Amino acid sequence: MARSTMDYTARELMVIAAAREIHDGDVVFVGMRLPLLAFSLAKRTHAPTALGLFENGIVRETPSPEMLFTMSDPPNLAGATWSTGTANMMGMLAQGLVDVGFIGGAEVDRFGNLNTSYVGDWRAPTVKLPGSGGAPDIACYAKRFVIVMPQERHRFVERVSYVTSVGHGDGGDWRTRNGLPGGGPVALITTLGVFRFDAMAGEACLASYHSGQSVDVVRAQTGWHLRVAPDVAETPTPSAHELAIVRECDPQGFWSG
Amino acid sequence: MTAPKLTSMSDAIARFVPAGASVCMGTALEAAIPFAAGHEIIRQRVGDLTLIGPISDMLFDQLIGAGCVARFIGAWVGNVSSGLGHNYRRAAEKGIPRPIAVEDHSNFTIALALLAATLGAPYIPTRSLLGTSFLDSNPRFTRATDPYSNDPVVLVPAIAPDVTILQVQRADVFGRCHLWGTVGISREAAFAARRVIVVAEEIWPTGRILADPNLILVPDIKVAAVVHEPFGALPSPLQGCYGRHHDFFARYHEASRTPEGFARWLDEWVLGVGDWKGFLDRLGPDTLKRLMPSRHLLSEPLDYGA
Repeated sequence: MARSTMDYTARELMVIAAAREIHDGDVVFVGMRLPLLAFSLAKRTHAPTALGLFENGIVRETPSPEMLFTMSDPPNLAGATWSTGTANMMGMLAQGLVDVGFIGGAEVDRFGNLNTSYVGDWRAPTVKLPGSGGAPDIACYAKRFVIVMPQERHRFVERVSYVTSVGHGDGGDWRTRNGLPGGGPVALITTLGVFRFDAMAGEACLASYHSGQSVDVVRAQTGWHLRVAPDVAETPTPSAHELAIVRECDPQGFWSG
Repeated sequence: MTAPKLTSMSDAIARFVPAGASVCMGTALEAAIPFAAGHEIIRQRVGDLTLIGPISDMLFDQLIGAGCVARFIGAWVGNVSSGLGHNYRRAAEKGIPRPIAVEDHSNFTIALALLAATLGAPYIPTRSLLGTSFLDSNPRFTRATDPYSNDPVVLVPAIAPDVTILQVQRADVFGRCHLWGTVGISREAAFAARRVIVVAEEIWPTGRILADPNLILVPDIKVAAVVHEPFGALPSPLQGCYGRHHDFFARYHEASRTPEGFARWLDEWVLGVGDWKGFLDRLGPDTLKRLMPSRHLLSEPLDYGA
């Protein structure tokens, strides 16, 4: 597949935006699919000392030497700094050692609550989604987490019908009142733009729209009354360097094409 | 004294996975999934099973589609590189081929449930799942107040599977097994189970297994059967033995979109091949060769000298 540095796919931009959420020195709970690439990109650009945790039990301070389809692919073991079990990775979360985690979603609401379990009534669902994996645990404990998902109006709902992974609940200080130790979602990266969560209200606010999109396009694909940041702007364009690394990590475009 | 437990896959499944059993598999997440054992369960038409696992990459979807499963206890059923599980959807949404009950867990709470059983603890408290809908859809969770801090907690009751099935690199005939690479919740799942079926790539002399007792996953008194089944985790990977056959997962995802497509897939890859050797023959020697590690990365020997 020929991909020039002038063009990029929505998923490449999502990977790059996700990578930018990783700060140097962060302990990162990497997650599955696009974040596998985001971690590799961050490590090779602005966050060389970030530490990656994988919930199958792997800890590594270098990106995997090969492209990963799943975190348990054998190349992810080479150079690991710890290989243990899932319970210990969850222990890292529960001890408050994880700075940032990544979560995907099928449905999200304005407070960043996520549903990956049931569409409709869970007693008689219209769609049975695969489930949670470790996402509820990341959502509970990580100091902050980032949501990465495609944006379509039917997925961006006023209130999710089933809370698989808690965001800011009803907003405000809901997390503190309900005993959740982690900080909740800070960003929602979609195929159309990037939302940030207001620190006081806990509500998603559009911070930027991707090149070729607009506030109106994002609004049309948002199922709640969209709040827009006063300084909303176009999402920073990926650099040629970032794109080159994403394509080197995922040469066939399996995750990012 | 312990006796040799080496037997065939068909004998191990027939004796230790009866209808209605609770079976824990796929405990190393996307690696070391005991597909050979799962396919034999399907061939023997074992019914009314409760499947227990963290995430299941394709195997549970196959067992559900084959009508073997009454209940799933765990966090996720689907296809990690391709998407959701079509059979899981059909069973949960429409009762095809039969209805399935789901006890929702997260990866942490299923690990804690098994860990509790290994400790003989009735439950383990956690903050995970506070504020979620799991507390509605899975009535086995109890919301409680920590008597020490007065903070809210969720109580996760212990789960002891009737049988845990593990795919490992090597074992002796008594079931002392070495598993390395990705292990996920394998240690807890094996130690929590009433019985363990060990499926091994290689059977090693006891002395060579006991040379590294720290690497033995579970005490052999838990092990009911040992099966020698090379490539038994394919198309999932096993560290040092073979990589993941990604295309197989993608093709299954397409083939299983309809019940008819799944039935054809089942005939082609499970019912029509007779046994695991038939599956490997259909996969072909070139594929097996392609999936072998391109380089070996040996660990350093340990000195257990006294």
